[in-house]
Amino acid sequence: MSAVIDDHGHAGHDHHHGPAKGLSRWLLTTNHKDIGSMYLWFSFAAFLLGGSMAMVIRAELFQPGLQIVQPEFFNQMTTMHGLIMVFGAVMPAFVGLANWMIPLMIGAPDMALPRVNNFSFWLLPAAFGLLVSTLFMEGGGPNFGWTFYAPLSTTYAPESVTFFIFAIHLMGISSIMGAINVIATILNLRAPGMTLMKMPLFVWTWLITAFLLIAVMPVLAGVVTMMLMDIHFGTSFFSAAGGGDPVLFQHVFWFFGHPEVYIMILPAFGAVSSIIPAFSRKPLFGYTSMVYATGAIAFLSFIVWSHHMFTVGIPLVGELFFMYATMLIAVPTGVKVFNWVSTMWRGSLSFEAPMLFAVAFVILFTIGGFSGLMLAIAPADFQYHDTYFVVAHFHYVLVPGAIFGIFASAYYWLPKWTGHMYDETLAKLHFWMSFVGMNLAFFPMHFVGLAGMPRRIPDYNMMFANFNMVSSVGAFMFGATQLLFLFIVIKCIRGGPAAPAKPWDGAEGLEWSVPSPAPYHTFQTPPDMSEVHEHRKGTGGELTP
Amino acid sequence: MSTELPLRRLVLRLTLVVVAMFGFGFALVPIYDVMCQAFGINGKTAGAYTGAQTADAAREVRVQFLATNAAGMDWEFGPQADQLSVHPGASTEIRFVAYNPTDKPMTAQAIPSVSPAKAAAYFHKTECFCFTQQVLQPGERIEMPVRFIVDRDLPADVRHLTLAYTLFDITPRQPPVATLSATAAKESLQ
Amino acid sequence: MSRHPRIWMGLGLSALFGQAQAAWDVNMRSGATDVSRSVFDLHMTIFWICVVIGVLVFGVMIWSMVAHRRSKRQHSANFHENTRVEVLWTIIPLLILVGMAVPATRTLIHIYDSSESDVDVQITGYQWKWHYKYLGEDVEFFSNLTTPREQINNLAPKGEHYLLEVDEPLVIPAGAKVRFLITAADVIHSWWVPDLAVKKDAIPGFINESWTRIDEPGIYRGQCTELCGKDHGFMPVVVEVKSSEDYAAWLGEKKAEAAKLAELTSKEWTLAELTERGEKVYQTACASCHQAGGEGIPPMFPALKGSPIATGDVEAHIAIVVNGKPGTAMAAFGRQLSEVDLAAVITYERNAWGNQTGDMVTPKDVLDFKQAEEAGQ
Repeated sequence: MSAVIDDHGHAGHDHHHGPAKGLSRWLLTTNHKDIGSMYLWFSFAAFLLGGSMAMVIRAELFQPGLQIVQPEFFNQMTTMHGLIMVFGAVMPAFVGLANWMIPLMIGAPDMALPRVNNFSFWLLPAAFGLLVSTLFMEGGGPNFGWTFYAPLSTTYAPESVTFFIFAIHLMGISSIMGAINVIATILNLRAPGMTLMKMPLFVWTWLITAFLLIAVMPVLAGVVTMMLMDIHFGTSFFSAAGGGDPVLFQHVFWFFGHPEVYIMILPAFGAVSSIIPAFSRKPLFGYTSMVYATGAIAFLSFIVWSHHMFTVGIPLVGELFFMYATMLIAVPTGVKVFNWVSTMWRGSLSFEAPMLFAVAFVILFTIGGFSGLMLAIAPADFQYHDTYFVVAHFHYVLVPGAIFGIFASAYYWLPKWTGHMYDETLAKLHFWMSFVGMNLAFFPMHFVGLAGMPRRIPDYNMMFANFNMVSSVGAFMFGATQLLFLFIVIKCIRGGPAAPAKPWDGAEGLEWSVPSPAPYHTFQTPPDMSEVHEHRKGTGGELTP
Repeated sequence: MSTELPLRRLVLRLTLVVVAMFGFGFALVPIYDVMCQAFGINGKTAGAYTGAQTADAAREVRVQFLATNAAGMDWEFGPQADQLSVHPGASTEIRFVAYNPTDKPMTAQAIPSVSPAKAAAYFHKTECFCFTQQVLQPGERIEMPVRFIVDRDLPADVRHLTLAYTLFDITPRQPPVATLSATAAKESLQ
Repeated sequence: MSRHPRIWMGLGLSALFGQAQAAWDVNMRSGATDVSRSVFDLHMTIFWICVVIGVLVFGVMIWSMVAHRRSKRQHSANFHENTRVEVLWTIIPLLILVGMAVPATRTLIHIYDSSESDVDVQITGYQWKWHYKYLGEDVEFFSNLTTPREQINNLAPKGEHYLLEVDEPLVIPAGAKVRFLITAADVIHSWWVPDLAVKKDAIPGFINESWTRIDEPGIYRGQCTELCGKDHGFMPVVVEVKSSEDYAAWLGEKKAEAAKLAELTSKEWTLAELTERGEKVYQTACASCHQAGGEGIPPMFPALKGSPIATGDVEAHIAIVVNGKPGTAMAAFGRQLSEVDLAAVITYERNAWGNQTGDMVTPKDVLDFKQAEEAGQ
């Protein structure tokens, strides 16, 4: 499997030049670090844009009654917030981390398909430019929720739905090309001796994520293509009038949608599996079971999709099957959590910003997992479904899950990227403000959901008023805090204490064997990993000079 | 090094997977239809039934009839009886009446659905106006028959079932031919 | 196991803010049916299992965060595998899951029970209202939100049932098994009443089934829970449960109303027919005051000929005839005359003596006016 890299005749002089100057560096670059940085900046911009939409939503929900926006616009905000956060913020952030770190972690000089890499990035601004422009079109932007159920998104959709479909196609192509690139890099460009079971877990989880992506993004492309045909070419995939079925849409969508949830969380699992051992100064507990658990989660993600549809009227046997399969996911997820906790057990722990975010990740993601388990119980789901309980659940999985995982990774690798240490005090402030704000915003959503508040409504009865106000305050706090993150990152890029090659004494892995900041070209000559034993599993081994 | 043969082959394979999965998305459509008929998802019923059964005189099942107009459908539409008691295996006929009160000729398609879903696979239509599209001239009224058999193998705990029709206006899609008589409706796609 | 965790969870907050308990509700209600109570028990069981697991896992974690800090332990242990422990923490969760699946399956089978029902109601979702049809009873009606725009736009104080109030609730009898056949006419909606633990999607073209049996009369409120467009947040569900006698009386009333409506609308009235009938009604009921020629006896009895009432807004005209004018001799004819006679006399007044408005008020218009007025009270 692991290709021995033949770099004779390739390590010539012209491969050692630095980056090109000016705009063309960014437009035409095929360097994995440049592209990784662009992905990360794009993702952060999308995070702020999607976040400001969340602020509009929370401002409207601050009090009962309609104050700030009308229901039509409110629906566009919830839809765009979801789409931008899922496809614009979380997924590109992980692709950015993959671009930066996977070659460094496996001792590869670059991604396997550098030109494809450039193209898949530049598709994203085009896709999102198109998507956001729909907000200014006549009839407004997509207003049918990020799950765009037919026929609300077909027969009853605003005119701009065609642009929405095209934008989804573009970002799908981008994700698929990115995934192929990741798989090709991991399978073909590993350093000699870097066996699969020596790879850091971030590489493992990304490998599995990439396979999920190439399996389900085409299905998403298929479902929006069917929508396009229903809208413009007179087919009836999702229209009962012509012999189609709106429920079919939900099946196809969630066949994509459920693995998509894991696409957004598995890379975070991987990053946290590097960070917790580093700050516990102890090897990751149960590396092998982590790999198998990730594989099991990925497999199960394909056979649970109908748990999003318990109320559409599935026959009893179907409900039971999807309920049992969904509950089963708790087992490998539990294994992961137990492994992280055991890694910390009897370690020598310190709590720098990456560790704070990683620990919060484990605790809060587990809470999201608990509510997920509750949602898996079909009869109880009849009460939870499409209420704020679900909103609370998936925000607990995605904000402290995916987003905190990304923050942890960013702080962990910022010294490697910039060559400077970030401001630890400000970073801790960022953590605590995010932690408090996030819990204040999302925990009360469990309460209003259980009390009976449906999701995606712009106005509500007074019995939900108090907790909604608390939620909004928390959301504003969380939102504003992210500007602090921007400041910390810029400050870190512009200066700060010089970072050594390995700024974290407990960290392990090949990425710490190159200087900080990582040179423009790294591992032109692959390191030899055959001497590294597998017993330091999950860390990628250590290159001792 | 990105031009190595194994890499090219790998990328090619992955691309094939992508294409196959795109196709799989579309393949889910017929797969879903098969699943629906097997499990009665959405109360979907099969097409015309050609078998014959003998009546089970010892058992009676209540069959309820519902008629719903989809949004924008102005016809008057309903069954001649709200419900019938039938013996499983016996062939029964019920008529639905449709009236076009508008001043335009219109085409309609009725979509059947059976509840409880687990009974759907045991509800056979030997003749149904839902197999074809209906064209009504302004002010025209027709009676449309459904002939059905409730299977003798209907699970014992099912004591009643509901046959619901939703009537959709598909005039924009299938413009009615003005000279076409209402009874000579075209064969539908179904 | 406590059935009221909101007491301990909500108490602190309530005391802190001194607000009504309802606004600080943190838990699901156990509801009004067997199904909702078993769903609630299921919910609490899983909740407590999660709490116990959470306390154990987070306890270990926090312990190591406190006790195994670098400031206390310079050297970390080096273990990274233990097959026995790893097998154990795969098997034990599996067993817990099986333990949870058993009651969940039992409840689900109970919910899917399709035995005979006493009352069948077809529920149809529309953008943005619900339609209820009592099968075999010839009773059907729409159920619309009645919360005034002023409350939504913050121009008036919000009522207790803000956004959860309708003109005509779904009325069902207590103690009876009621079957719901749920569908939609346009997009997908979802019919949900938390106290019944009934939530079922309404899908255009397809029929879904659910049922409930409520023991206690009362009013139960819910909302549409599937995004269905602009006014998704403004299509509540209100279920009024009456005792079987009250229900029978209500149904009788509804049927009589329907029969009356059928009678009124079965006849296609023309302007000539109505004015002809209206003239006779006018002579017996109105002419003594307003005079046969409509000139009245001002100032006691105002003229109708050319009056702003009889030539202006139709609604206002119907209103004054139906309700009368308090403090004057003008009586409320709404209770004295039939809808047909009211419609006829109003039509006559709007077209006689040179009041050539050409307006025709049908008996149905009068009935609608009366019903709207009743609903508004």
